[in-house]
Amino acid sequence: AQTLEFQKTAYGKEETLTALQDVTNYNNYYEFGTGKEDPAREAVLFKPTPWTIKIEGAVKQAKTIGIEQLMKLAPLEERIYRMRCVEGWSMVIPWIGLPLKALIDWAQPTGNAKYIEFVSYNDPRHMPGARMPILDWPYVEGLRMDEAMQPLTILAVGLYGKVLPNQNGAPVRLVVPWKYGFKGAKAISTIRFVEQMPTTTWMRASPREYGFYANVNPQVDHPRWTQSSEKRIGAGLFAGRVKTKLFNGYEEVASLYAGMDLKKNF
Amino acid sequence: MSPLFTWPSLSVKDRIKAVKMLVWLGALLPILRLVYLGVTNDLGANPVEFIERSTGTWALVFLLLSLSVTPLKSLTRLGWLIAVRRLLGLWMFAYVSLHVTSYVWLDYQFDWSDMVKDIVKHPYVLVGALALLLTVPLAATSNQAAMHALKQRWKTLHQLVYVIAVLALLHFWWLVKKDLTEPIIYSGVFGLIMLLRLPVFSRK
Repeated sequence: AQTLEFQKTAYGKEETLTALQDVTNYNNYYEFGTGKEDPAREAVLFKPTPWTIKIEGAVKQAKTIGIEQLMKLAPLEERIYRMRCVEGWSMVIPWIGLPLKALIDWAQPTGNAKYIEFVSYNDPRHMPGARMPILDWPYVEGLRMDEAMQPLTILAVGLYGKVLPNQNGAPVRLVVPWKYGFKGAKAISTIRFVEQMPTTTWMRASPREYGFYANVNPQVDHPRWTQSSEKRIGAGLFAGRVKTKLFNGYEEVASLYAGMDLKKNF
Repeated sequence: MSPLFTWPSLSVKDRIKAVKMLVWLGALLPILRLVYLGVTNDLGANPVEFIERSTGTWALVFLLLSLSVTPLKSLTRLGWLIAVRRLLGLWMFAYVSLHVTSYVWLDYQFDWSDMVKDIVKHPYVLVGALALLLTVPLAATSNQAAMHALKQRWKTLHQLVYVIAVLALLHFWWLVKKDLTEPIIYSGVFGLIMLLRLPVFSRK
């Protein structure tokens, strides 16, 4: 894969990275199949270039942006983030990307923009999972405007110093490290600024299990999986679990939810 | 029909022996595979999940195999087939034990308080734990002595296997996040096995 030019940052420099092999072969990307190893196999022929993203909704003017132009909106940075999946496992991934804020500034949202909706690319001809009614396609995710502007929120275009592999959401995906992994919409094709809270794909699939916020929270259990602890991928057969932290350990985001009942707004 | 069943020169005793040997070989293979993949470090990114999935799946397979003996016996009129049913049931119990061991040891590292929370809070774990509990008396009374001692009650007790099957299938349905293909297939096989028990199909 093509090597990227980027700046190192202090984010996560004390973390032990999850092996590239595991980061690229253990994926939840249902457009390419529901098995963890399906995306690596099925996304081989996927073409992430050329690529344009539609910017629409509550913006001064609807427009599109090409992936090359997007990558020049701000210097690319390496962000080493923990990623906690709602299924109870986690990884540490060295993403390459730029703050989502850079794109928002470029998009010039109007005062009506309260939320952002991210729509993933969906092509049943080339995506075997998208041919099946597993989820209500296309995949939709969303953030509140202040969450989107938070400096930790990035659009990732690479990992391990190289262009994003197809199975990880090439050419561009969302990374919000204090939320469960499914918030990170992959292969983003449309970014829509909206006034109402978007109904995300997983909220539609099971409103009892998935809320809009999906903040990592060991106190709020999921009907299926324990959220108080997690398995670190690559730690080995006998490593056991590590305790999950509120906001996945990114305490700086707590002020975004001051006064909110996180049990209700899960 | 396979020659194993019809070969005239083979006595019933030898047929039973041969089928039992096949069951042993077949039952050991998945364990050997796991050991091989473990030694070669090839269990994937989430080896604990891999082992839990694999042992759980094989427990379900042996459960369904043991349930299919009776309808198969009626269909083929090969009465001696019943002799392998216990072996299949015990292999189910062996895989259930491995499944639970991987949960208790590899997954939860003997953290009993976390496990209790997991069982109580998550319906799929709860029905799995119930199914496990019910397999214990069946395995414990699978010997001749218990059969003689319990007489008619033995049969009643061992009808628990149907409850176990339903709980095990529920365990699978509720565990799966979205793609229900596999639970549907296993439930379909279970439904077929139950259907074949209808008097229409059992030629006496």
